[in-house]
Amino acid sequence: MQDMFSHIPWALVLILLPLLTGMTSFLWPRSAATLGVATAAILVIAVAGLGWQLHYLYDGTYHHAVGGWGAPLGIALHADGLSLLMLTATALVGMGVSVYSLTYFDREKALRFWPIWLFLLAALNALFLSADIFNLYVTLELLGLAAVSLTALAGGKAALDGAMRYLLATLLGSLCYLLGVALLYHSYGSVDIATLAQRVEATPAVWSAMGLIGIGMLLKAALFPLHFWLPRAHASAPAPVSAVLSALVIKAAFYILLRLWLSLFGPLSESGAELLGLLGAVAILWGSIQALRQVRLKLLIAYSTVAQIGYLFLAFPLAAFAALSTWNAVAYLALSHALAKAAMFLAAGNLLRFGGHDRIRDLGGVVQRLPLTAWAFALAGVSIMGLPPSGGFIGKWLLLETALDQARWDLVLVMMLGGLLAAAYVFKVLGYIFTEADISHETGEVTKTMEWAALSLAIAAMVLGFIAVPLLEWLGLEQVVGISEISQ
Amino acid sequence: MSNVIAFALVGVGLFCLGLYALIVQAHLLRKILAINIMGSGVFMIMVALAKRGADGPDPVPHAMVITGIVVAVSATALALTLMLSLSAASGSAKLSDD
Repeated sequence: MQDMFSHIPWALVLILLPLLTGMTSFLWPRSAATLGVATAAILVIAVAGLGWQLHYLYDGTYHHAVGGWGAPLGIALHADGLSLLMLTATALVGMGVSVYSLTYFDREKALRFWPIWLFLLAALNALFLSADIFNLYVTLELLGLAAVSLTALAGGKAALDGAMRYLLATLLGSLCYLLGVALLYHSYGSVDIATLAQRVEATPAVWSAMGLIGIGMLLKAALFPLHFWLPRAHASAPAPVSAVLSALVIKAAFYILLRLWLSLFGPLSESGAELLGLLGAVAILWGSIQALRQVRLKLLIAYSTVAQIGYLFLAFPLAAFAALSTWNAVAYLALSHALAKAAMFLAAGNLLRFGGHDRIRDLGGVVQRLPLTAWAFALAGVSIMGLPPSGGFIGKWLLLETALDQARWDLVLVMMLGGLLAAAYVFKVLGYIFTEADISHETGEVTKTMEWAALSLAIAAMVLGFIAVPLLEWLGLEQVVGISEISQ
Repeated sequence: MSNVIAFALVGVGLFCLGLYALIVQAHLLRKILAINIMGSGVFMIMVALAKRGADGPDPVPHAMVITGIVVAVSATALALTLMLSLSAASGSAKLSDD
């Protein structure tokens, strides 16, 4: 039995299964929900399987030439600690969101939701397993189109407007990226990341490629000042979709930037790292202040995403001197933000369904009627603020520690301020949710499944705080970082 | 070689022209067209740069362009559908200002 488990090509399962069930659920809409949740559950097992294989069979990196066609012509898959991290986040959030969606959508919307959602999962998994920059482009486009379609699913003027803006931004980002790919291929005759890493030099073409790919990915990751499309799209999408967009989709762009930074661009550019760090710092402050000013809950959470993405970019200037500890911090921040932010958006979806609105001021009395949702929001808030014992705390603490070690007081100050502002906007919401009040109006039905899905993700973000050491060891990022240090 | 550079520069010109229109034009159909012109610019650069000496072009960028066209067609279809739904819902094929 164990033998069988260890020899299943889990990386292929991660891509092919959701593609297959996505199509099946389109053809047989009746079984779509069952198929969707089953797929999400198997994906969790598949990620565990891949992690096990990476650890015990492949010595940290897995490589697979699809159909026997390797580089330079074929499509190759590649998995290491960094891919494993993102795949883990995808599988866990995917599970929570799938369970939530069981009872969230009405019949007609569910018909369209499940196939696109499963395609989105396939696109994410394929993106995290891609070994070449052109395949990354293709998966990026699949991801973008699926994400835009899901955003538009809510219908109505606001959602369609948000989806349209999102589509234009994501297409612009992809085209910039593609132009960068063209320049890199022209210079070195390969799209394989490992091959490029050996050949890349500081030439004008590579600088242009770095600029174009950088701008494209920053636009998709919504880093300040390219975040203009995010609040509308993330706030107007259906709750489970908002959760996925904020937790996973923008991090896919961050992953590409990080992957290419580690293997191609990082060694070439110090000023680039400083610029990314600066933008990250502004994003933290600007996003947090905007979040604090919002009167609608989903917009507040969306702006909080703009701020939290900033933390990930603070790592670039720090990594030059302490690569492993910085990227470990980023791993923790990315994973805990994914879980906590998904939980927050799902909780907000419950509140919106319950009250018919998401005006923060009128959220009083929620704790009496939806205690699980209130607690889900509170626990997720603890992780977003970075208070112990949450996963967010570990991530922020590790990042703060590296900044202190390097005497980067500017970044330390930004992180402290960002933490305080986050506490302010989370407590602003909690203050209303946890007050007692009479509920006079008619309320929509919030199922127990929806409440528990939100709470489970929030609890998972908390649990991360207790398993830091074994989890970081399991991910084994030192190997990913090590590769880039050899190529320097 | 100068031929290659000329074509590549026209590609860059198309990319910039499209980008300008994407930002300046308000009507969504024009924005969608602008994105397509940018895409054509990128494809043109890829095809131009694929020319390698006397023994014919490098086929890999051509294959990439074909993939890119497939993506562009699907994205345009989605964008047009979205535009139609938006103008049905809001009465205008423009993004709201607020």
